[in-house]
Amino acid sequence: MDLTTVTSKRLLFLGLLFLVFILLAFLPLYGSVYTVILVTAIFMYIILTVSWVIFSGPTGYISLAPAAFFGVGIYTSAVLGKVLPLPIVICIGALASFCLALLVGALTLRLRGIYFSIFTLGLVLLIQQLLLWYEVRITHTRGRFVIVVNNTTIYYVMLGILVILLLAAYLIRRSKYGLALQSIGEDEEAAAHIGINVTVLKTIIFAVSAIFTGAAGAIMATRWTYIDPYIAFNPLFSFLPVLMAIFGGMGQFYGPIIGAAIFAYLEEVLLTRFPYYYMLIFGIILVVAILYLPDGLVGLVQKWRKGGSARQHADT
Amino acid sequence: MRILEGKGVTKHFGGLAAISNVDFYVDRGEIVGLIGPNGAGKTTLFNLISAALPLNSGVIRFKGEKITGLKPHRICRAGVARTFQSVKVFGNMPVLGNVLLGSLFGTSIGMSSADATKEAIESLEFAGLSAVSATLAKDLTLANQKRLEVAKALATKPELLLLDELVAGLNATETAQAMELVTKIRDRGITILVIEHVMKAIMSICDRIMVLHHGEKIAEGTPKEITNNQTVIEVYLGK
Repeated sequence: MDLTTVTSKRLLFLGLLFLVFILLAFLPLYGSVYTVILVTAIFMYIILTVSWVIFSGPTGYISLAPAAFFGVGIYTSAVLGKVLPLPIVICIGALASFCLALLVGALTLRLRGIYFSIFTLGLVLLIQQLLLWYEVRITHTRGRFVIVVNNTTIYYVMLGILVILLLAAYLIRRSKYGLALQSIGEDEEAAAHIGINVTVLKTIIFAVSAIFTGAAGAIMATRWTYIDPYIAFNPLFSFLPVLMAIFGGMGQFYGPIIGAAIFAYLEEVLLTRFPYYYMLIFGIILVVAILYLPDGLVGLVQKWRKGGSARQHADT
Repeated sequence: MRILEGKGVTKHFGGLAAISNVDFYVDRGEIVGLIGPNGAGKTTLFNLISAALPLNSGVIRFKGEKITGLKPHRICRAGVARTFQSVKVFGNMPVLGNVLLGSLFGTSIGMSSADATKEAIESLEFAGLSAVSATLAKDLTLANQKRLEVAKALATKPELLLLDELVAGLNATETAQAMELVTKIRDRGITILVIEHVMKAIMSICDRIMVLHHGEKIAEGTPKEITNNQTVIEVYLGK
């Protein structure tokens, strides 16, 4: 492929990206309320998945902590939503998640493999139970109401978080730190001996990825109106990002985005069309995807493209 | 001038003394060989110098400054680079990416990415890997993976290079080429401490050799002295 085709392809891609962004930016003006809510949910899943992939994708540390960071965002919103304006609440939610991740990262990132995964899952349950204990024993009220915000605002905030996240994820991936994270995933000992401060790098990237999860939680809480520890710290929000990332494929930047989008849409369709069989069908699709698409949807696309180009060469 | 010096270096694994009370030194510009039977503690000593493992007691100095207790990445940035006996290249990364990490993170000064890329390309050229710079590291032959290990280490601009069994598993031609690479590195002014099992290879290039056995230093001297040393012969061949 010569340089001009590469540049023109790139321009085409950027143009398409811009078009998609414009379409999304004006969606509330022409789309139905249902569409806006559906797309908001899709955005939320993409945020959860992409921010999970920032850290866990290259390093191979399977974190099950997203639900903890998401929940911290949700509770921040529930507690502070009545006294502070929305943008500040979201920033505090993001910051609180960042701090929690920094602390947890510094304590646990020396654990490897399954131990790290289990610890992070334990964190979610620990916070959930602590809060529950606090609410039952101390405040004697379980759960809280959250100040409601209109759908369009939620949509735009979610879109804003998503755009910033995608930019951040892309820049980290392209930077020298992205390369270093990948080397940690390949061989952490070798990475340390080549001069990478693995502990600090892991902790900081882990914490940065939590910012977006926390922010998403803070805005999402306003749509749910009522939350309690079981809703806010639901372990499902730890597992879903992992599944969506695997479903989409982590080999390419766009993999987890597409994975999360299709996954979220699928969930919605199944839930509305087949309310009784939704989990069953969903489960079957997942099993099939993991069995037959080891590299996710991205792997499928690449295989298909490779096959296509091979045929082209065979023709000439 | 001493570039590396260890005093009373000791490491226990449970009840087993992997390294017990070893004193050693390396002078600037030397190639020093470290030999001994399997399990003698050679790699453990490397792990202690590069901080992969903490010492139980003793002290290691690099250029006169104590480096015991530092983290591995600090040791690397201070100017001590190492390779691994079982190659630890980043398999799913291109060869250039592997080396780039060294020049981006491992140098003492911290380079801009343009300079780091230049340095990485130079290291690859030096190790004779320019032709495969875009290949994934896992697709290289063993000989080239070992060269890549050296190139990665060199990209961190070390003053002292620790080579752990550079020629294990290589054929005669590849061994000769690897030895040539080692002398080329020394000619650049980098001091080398090398572990090797292939006696012919190590005897030909080393200025001085240390022999470890059961975690203790049993002999030290020029290659010629070592080949005539009665204790060393007993250890290797039995009485």
